[in-house]
Amino acid sequence: MAMIPDRSDLAVLKPFRMQGAPYDAMYHVRWLAGIPLRWVVLLMLLWPTAVLAQSGMAMADTFAALWRWMPFLVTQGFLFNILISLFSMLIGTVLGVVLGLAQISRVRPIRGLSWFITQLFRNSPWLVLLFIVLLALPYEINILGQTFRIPAWMKAVFGLSLPIMANISEIVRGAVISVPSGQWEAAESLGFNRRQTLYEIILPQCFKRMIPPWMNWYAILTMATPLCSLLGVEEIITLSRQAMSAEDNQPELLIPFYGFALVLFFAYCYPIARITIWLERRVSVKF
Amino acid sequence: MTTHPLGEPIIVMTDVHKSFGELEVIKGVSMTVHKGEVVCIIGPSGSGKSTLIRCINALNPINSGSITVRGIEVNDPRLDTLALRREVGIVFQQYNLFPHKTALENIMMAPLKVLGEDRDTVAERARSLLRKVRLEGKEDAYPGELSGGQQQRVAIARALAMRPEVMLFDEVTAALDPETVKEVLVTIKELAAEGMTCILVTHEMGFAREVADHIYFTDRGVIVEHGPPATFFDEASDPRTKEFLSQIL
Repeated sequence: MAMIPDRSDLAVLKPFRMQGAPYDAMYHVRWLAGIPLRWVVLLMLLWPTAVLAQSGMAMADTFAALWRWMPFLVTQGFLFNILISLFSMLIGTVLGVVLGLAQISRVRPIRGLSWFITQLFRNSPWLVLLFIVLLALPYEINILGQTFRIPAWMKAVFGLSLPIMANISEIVRGAVISVPSGQWEAAESLGFNRRQTLYEIILPQCFKRMIPPWMNWYAILTMATPLCSLLGVEEIITLSRQAMSAEDNQPELLIPFYGFALVLFFAYCYPIARITIWLERRVSVKF
Repeated sequence: MTTHPLGEPIIVMTDVHKSFGELEVIKGVSMTVHKGEVVCIIGPSGSGKSTLIRCINALNPINSGSITVRGIEVNDPRLDTLALRREVGIVFQQYNLFPHKTALENIMMAPLKVLGEDRDTVAERARSLLRKVRLEGKEDAYPGELSGGQQQRVAIARALAMRPEVMLFDEVTAALDPETVKEVLVTIKELAAEGMTCILVTHEMGFAREVADHIYFTDRGVIVEHGPPATFFDEASDPRTKEFLSQIL
């Protein structure tokens, strides 16, 4: 065997080494949850004090303005964002589970069609989906002679639930195929039919594994709700803009007001991310 | 080794062929297993042993030939798979217990959901099966909390809970730690002694010799040689059998 020296003056091509972590479907919450709690507390305490201390009168005024608007922004704006995210998640989850199960159907056309729908909505820009839903759905519908108006926020809920649906569909499909084939064989050999196997044996095992990625998508969805402001839905960003214009659109207001929205989203999503990662660890220990 | 007169034929295989795509794994196997008989199938890896026993309960559908289990033709497009699987229990190399269910629930599930039996009766039977495989007190343990040998014994009890006529064992000790192999073998030996019809694919030659009534040696998809253990191990005539035995014994 030829000796390969450790060091060499020659131009040697070393084997390629991948740097950094591989792609991770949950990178988002993992990053968020990775921020140590004490930093969060420290930043929360220091941020307003630091800004106030180094600023002149104008800065203090802007924070006074923010302070006045805060209750309104939270109760009328941010709570509405959360409401939209909850409804979208609910609809997206229900549709996504159905679509995900269709993706593992034994009927080829059903499998093909559900795969296509999943890929279509998973790979479309959310904003485009929102606009399509906004424009494609009628402004009002007629049910039994009664006319109902469909408010923009309902359309937004539906529009946001579409990409969620597609991603949940992939979570369901991925979880089902991640169950070892021996489980299917064992169930089959005991006389379970396909339906019983799926509902009694496979899906209960998937359930735990699906919760962390499901919460991951909830966090992403929540942070996407400000997109609704482009549809004229009166959520936090829309209201922040209105508040700023009521304060004569001073440019000094931009950072405190949008910064406040950031802080709210962070305060809401950070615990979700921590719980998600904690759950993920528990699930992986169990199996 | 037990010596008793042969009972009625339970499994009759005639000229069974099985291919995975282009690859023919079983090339015309015929074999008859009688009631109460213990049959061991041995042979080098990749000789089609596991595939063969999976064909018996239609986990692997065969391409041609015939397999009947108590008169049920397995190679029938209108096969009543449930009727077949009530007759045939199988234990796998990797146990394949349901990880989200306790030992007792693992055993009870199929009789409850598939056969629709009464819960109390099934629970009673499941407990006595756990006693039989010497796992009293492990009723509420999850598979993840049991050793490999314990899991495999739960898997045996789970298959028995369907009250099968035949038990198939697919290299059930191959994934176990050496110290737990014995407890599983003892369980199988007791079953055999009770008169259960058993087909085992195994690499445990000593065990095969001790427990089997008949030994089949397969290589490259065919049965090379078969006979009762005494003749098989001591007077093997085919060079392939001799070579295999010389390597393994």
